[in-house]
Amino acid sequence: MSGTEKFGVLARLLHWGMAVMVVAMLFIGAAMVASPTAYDALQDVHRPLGMLILVFTVVRFVNRLRHRPPALPPAMGRWERAAAKGSEYLLYALMFTLPLIGWGMLSAAGYPIVLYGPLRLPGLLPSDPALYAVLRQTHTVLAYLLFAAFLTHACAVLFHTLVLRDRLLGRMTFRRE
Amino acid sequence: MTDETAAAPPGDSADPPRKEWSRRSALLGLAAIGGAGTAGIGGLAYAGGRFPADRLTPARFADRFEQVYGKHAGFRRNHAKGVSAAGYFTADGAGTEVSRATVFAPGRTPVTGRFSLSGGLPDAPDTAPTVRGLGLLFHLPDGEQWRTAMINLPVFLDRTPQGFYARMLAARPLPATGKPDPEKMAAFLAEYPETAKAMAVVKRHPPTSGFHDSTYNALNAFRCTNEAGDTVPVRWSLKPAGPVGAGSTTAPPGRDHLFDALIAKVAREPLRWRLVLTVGRPGDPTDDATLPWPGDRRTIDAGTLTIDSVQTEAAGNARDVNFDPLILPDGIAASDDPLLSARSAVYSQSFTRRAGEPKTPSPVDVTKERR
Repeated sequence: MSGTEKFGVLARLLHWGMAVMVVAMLFIGAAMVASPTAYDALQDVHRPLGMLILVFTVVRFVNRLRHRPPALPPAMGRWERAAAKGSEYLLYALMFTLPLIGWGMLSAAGYPIVLYGPLRLPGLLPSDPALYAVLRQTHTVLAYLLFAAFLTHACAVLFHTLVLRDRLLGRMTFRRE
Repeated sequence: MTDETAAAPPGDSADPPRKEWSRRSALLGLAAIGGAGTAGIGGLAYAGGRFPADRLTPARFADRFEQVYGKHAGFRRNHAKGVSAAGYFTADGAGTEVSRATVFAPGRTPVTGRFSLSGGLPDAPDTAPTVRGLGLLFHLPDGEQWRTAMINLPVFLDRTPQGFYARMLAARPLPATGKPDPEKMAAFLAEYPETAKAMAVVKRHPPTSGFHDSTYNALNAFRCTNEAGDTVPVRWSLKPAGPVGAGSTTAPPGRDHLFDALIAKVAREPLRWRLVLTVGRPGDPTDDATLPWPGDRRTIDAGTLTIDSVQTEAAGNARDVNFDPLILPDGIAASDDPLLSARSAVYSQSFTRRAGEPKTPSPVDVTKERR
């Protein structure tokens, strides 16, 4: 019996671990900007979690380049494959740029970039309020784009799993088939 | 469940048989997907404060400042009128008893400051009772910073962000009388009795003659931790080193008379304040800035702040600094006071708005005052 070919164990661990981190990050980001009382506590999580996502994204992308992913279901057409590949690279691009823009905008605002306790990151950009304003706006827009991309990705996988039933998700699970 | 494995679709016979496709299961699948998508969008919208519409968000706070004072592009939403200042803090080492922050070790720390008047009008006429502010940014080694925004009131007027938000509307002067609507104010004070008590404390501390002889208080409590790891609640103040004069009852001429006097004084000689740390005892309120601590609490004289120049607000000086009270060095941390996080959030909202707006020159012009 031929089981579904799977992503490597590291790829699967990074996928699910980062899925939780990124979704949590998007909700933390939205909530901290909207909550006067939770702003400080959430920001204390937002900054180090963002840097962790940046590091994981780099590790994951390198791992992705070094390993060929398992084949997509044969029934998928050319544009479906293109959409799958395009959305994958969009997710990588956003997970990479969002933390960098966050880091850059805090630098441009002239804030110290505190990760935890006395642990701080160096500034990425010179202090410039106008630049900060642009980056701050970009951070929000890209975060909503990442949320849209995540939601599309999740709904597409659900569609494959619940409607098409083509075992696409089996490539990313830990369950033996 | 024989029908589940019955029909393998043609074309991919290498795969194991799959569950039967039925219109019913496909529609259920689509409904589940729609539900998941909607829940995701709704969840994020809720987390982001999009609903309910009356939730108190930092953006609505900033909106209320614009509602009360109008929108003045490029200026702070509160404490809009101000002047940049520069100087240094000389620590005598006494503060290390309660905090390991490097600012308290003996030595000199460069400081960027800003004197301001409360309110959202950048060209408001100076009046004696208008709350005076002093924001400070201590430039510590290796890019570490300590920012603090202090005012010349002995206690803060509000215990909660909601109270502050409500007071802004209740205390809004009527155009006819120039005073708040007495009915609205009475209703507000009935709902927020802590503000009435705080106002009584403020009345016992009339303002001094000017910026130079005001005592500036951080009001919110913080937690200081020393090298040994011991943590105590602390409130800090800047007490004028020079003589203190009583505020005048008749307003001197000139829209900017308080700023003019400050600029003239700094031109003559550096201004000095003592940084005093008041150490709380267990049971002292750390989550309520409207309550003074008992007068017998121990104080530590941590050193001297010297302001030796003032500058018209411009790129690169205090104009571009957000005096966020939660940018703290290692050794000082926030207390459980709900105002601290709210101040940090609303200051950030104000900073983000003005950072992206076109700039007009500040009405407080140091070079003009000197002429």
